[in-house]
Amino acid sequence: MKQETSTLEIDDPFSNTLPAYTLVNLRINGQTHKLRLQPWVSLLDAIREYIGLTGTKKGCDHGQCGACTVLVDGKRINSCLTLAIMKDGAEITTIEGLADGEANHPLQDAFIEHDAFQCGYCTPGQICSAVGMFNEGRAHTLEDVKELMSGNICRCGAYTNINAAIMEVKAKLENE
Amino acid sequence: MTTKYIGKPASRVDGLEKVTGKARYSADFKVEGLTYGFIVSSSIAKGKITSIDSSRALALEGVLQVFTHENVRNLPWFKLRYTDMDAPSGTPFRPFYDNTIRFSMQPVALVIAETFELARYASSLIKVEYDKETYTTSLYKNLSKSFKAPKGKIGYVPPKSRGNADAAYQDAAFKIQAEYKHSAEHHNPMELFSTTAIWDNEKLTVYDKTQGVSNCQFYIGNIFGLAYKDVRIISPYVGGAFGSGLRPQHQLFMAVLAALELKRPVKVGLTRQQMFSFGHRPATLQKLALSASPEGTLESVRHEAYSETSQFENYTEVIVNWSATMYACENVELKYELVKLDTFTPLDMRAPGAVTGVHAMESAMDELAFELKMDPLIFRLKNYTDEDQVNEKPFSSKELVACYREGAEKFGWAARNVEPRSMRDGKNLVGWGVATAAWDANQMPSRAKALLSIDGKLVVSSGTSDIGTGTYTIMTQIAAEILGIAIENVTFKLGDTNLPLAPLEGGSWTAASVGSAVKTVCEDVRKILLKHAVKTKASPFYQYDSTKLQIDSGEIFDPNDSSKGVSVTEIMRLAGVNSIEETSTSGPNPLVGRKYTMNSHAAVFAEVKVDEDLGTVDVTRVVCAVAAGKILNPKTARSQILGGVVWGISKALEEESKLDHQYGRFMNHNLSEYHVPVNKDINDIEVIFVEEKDDVVNPLGVKGVGEIGIIGVAGAIANAVFHATGVRVRNLPITMDKVLQIAEDDRNQVAV
Repeated sequence: MKQETSTLEIDDPFSNTLPAYTLVNLRINGQTHKLRLQPWVSLLDAIREYIGLTGTKKGCDHGQCGACTVLVDGKRINSCLTLAIMKDGAEITTIEGLADGEANHPLQDAFIEHDAFQCGYCTPGQICSAVGMFNEGRAHTLEDVKELMSGNICRCGAYTNINAAIMEVKAKLENE
Repeated sequence: MTTKYIGKPASRVDGLEKVTGKARYSADFKVEGLTYGFIVSSSIAKGKITSIDSSRALALEGVLQVFTHENVRNLPWFKLRYTDMDAPSGTPFRPFYDNTIRFSMQPVALVIAETFELARYASSLIKVEYDKETYTTSLYKNLSKSFKAPKGKIGYVPPKSRGNADAAYQDAAFKIQAEYKHSAEHHNPMELFSTTAIWDNEKLTVYDKTQGVSNCQFYIGNIFGLAYKDVRIISPYVGGAFGSGLRPQHQLFMAVLAALELKRPVKVGLTRQQMFSFGHRPATLQKLALSASPEGTLESVRHEAYSETSQFENYTEVIVNWSATMYACENVELKYELVKLDTFTPLDMRAPGAVTGVHAMESAMDELAFELKMDPLIFRLKNYTDEDQVNEKPFSSKELVACYREGAEKFGWAARNVEPRSMRDGKNLVGWGVATAAWDANQMPSRAKALLSIDGKLVVSSGTSDIGTGTYTIMTQIAAEILGIAIENVTFKLGDTNLPLAPLEGGSWTAASVGSAVKTVCEDVRKILLKHAVKTKASPFYQYDSTKLQIDSGEIFDPNDSSKGVSVTEIMRLAGVNSIEETSTSGPNPLVGRKYTMNSHAAVFAEVKVDEDLGTVDVTRVVCAVAAGKILNPKTARSQILGGVVWGISKALEEESKLDHQYGRFMNHNLSEYHVPVNKDINDIEVIFVEEKDDVVNPLGVKGVGEIGIIGVAGAIANAVFHATGVRVRNLPITMDKVLQIAEDDRNQVAV
């Protein structure tokens, strides 16, 4: 991984010396964002606060809820548990980048059709997570999907509809 | 093609924004020059702050200010200035008011910095010294100090007893008594509470997470001495709330305070941990005693509830009253008392009161049915009533029997053996349970505006909220159908104090309240259109009787004469009007309220599988049959019920805010230790809406579906666990240790 080392002195954990800025190239949804970031900026905050793509949500900031799920090189991760500088040069996909031009990703349409959300706050994370799950190729049955989607909490309780949407798209993709 | 949309399963009109990440929630508004706030929470539960040293934080480049009680001046002292629409009686918490600590994690300082990371880091440099005082956070240890719950909170009705329950209980042939315990719970919507406040040109614009923009507008105006017209609260999308947005939360005050002082835009969010520092569903202890005749007639009900509240406010909710209206019974004794603790004031949480009281009552009903060796569903049917015996009024409609029948059929209840431990699936014990649910069908006064433009586009608006409930969608459906235009031409706006005043979004009353206002205002616009149709010379319906005309699919026509027709846009053009704008108010009919009690009802059937060795409970099937009047949108209403059932499963098996009494603090204050269901926890849920026609409840005939789905679920599951295992777990949540009766002090759990 190419990254510069931070100059933060940690002899005193409460230092008045703030971490130095580092140049980071974040490739998000096919576009490169050149940012000057301090190393303590999480990938989630970089995406939301520094780039302004607010589709990715913060639900706990501790990797416990899945609302911040994005795809990094096709793999789903909790962006709140990743520092932005660690993903310099990686291909990052957020909810804003899932559509193919004007056409939604099939999961986006299926989520609407099956009413797979209520408040919609966990939805970007759910959809990114499902795309990541498809990429993993381990979900064969509904029980697999339930297990593999259990890192994304939906407090509104739309799970049965989420699963219906995912199973429908899964079947479609497998028939293609 | 027709423009009849009410009752159709339309997909959410806000769906596309939600699946593409375009929907903007409270923290999603980009503002030039934004600064970030981070709150420092107290580490003690009670005492005085003796000193706060912010110097190290302030020394950092980019830290703009640290607010504490020492430097925040000129705030009002008068408690009414801090009140809000959902406040109970007492003195609301006043942030930075003085050096007194009233609860653990009380905000004691606010750091404002140029970046979020810096504000968070700087907050760790602030040193707060305290003088600790002794505190008490245990409900059970303070029961001797309980007192009668006072009036004062919206929706609270004191319980009313009747007959002589004690005498009837003494004489009865069959009787049970039991104690039920509930832990505190926190709402934990997925969205973190966040506020962005912008002070510009003597006006304040605030993006907030709330279930009532007007509530926040009044709160901020009152505290900071601003005219309401200069305070605009905007909240187009709310990432879940479940009651947590009914009162203004800490971050709103903080963001506004800093924005006014610093003259810079400020965003302040609460962390997930800090979301355990405000209102919660109160911990309760309930004592029930029920008796019945040998034939299964309910002869007495005694229901007492003891509920926590804070030292500074008297939070009340309707816990016990349901036991006086759900079944026919001559002798009912109710008691509802509060116990003051050094915690924050509890707060309405989805189906407040009912979810607590009905779980206990429905468990007790099951216990009594078991004593009687009677099927618990038959026992309920035997004590069914069409009259509200408390107020001696009939129900406006009550299709509960249809809920029982259709739910039981779908579930296959007839095959149930009354004996516990009578069904098995491999190593799992299988149990079936049933419970009843009821909730108020309320309507609140509400306003709505409609603006029809010459291009045929209709914008309807009201300052209500959509917390995932489907408000955007059902209001769009109502407006399109009432006016008679295509749904694609209708936009509904909400969540903005610039829009007409709407009540708090809660209590399952939004569909009835805002929906009635939308209906009324669209009827007004329709009347104006038809008036133009008959008064405009060039109109094909000139000098017609306007009452004979209809509008559908944007066309004005006479159903008895198909030779003529004119479009809505054409008639506006002919009449020379560019737009039609109307604002209307709708409210409950007080006469109806005097004559009828209005409730929604549900019957819940649950199947559990309990691992006999491990005591783990899996809810394998739930059937929830609901009678809630007219269902405006079966797709979004079903989702509401699904969500309610998931909440019920969660309450029965998972949710518990655990207080560490040594520190007076909720210790599992995060989403890994505060358990809510994940995908794998949820299995088959069947929702049935039974046909229920109600012409009196409100102009739309709707009763609301936000709460009714959760209320009976915990009772049905608890009863199913008993049926599976023969162990009656009366302390929620039902965890494996309680099922296996491992804990020494778990004497409340009874095995047969």
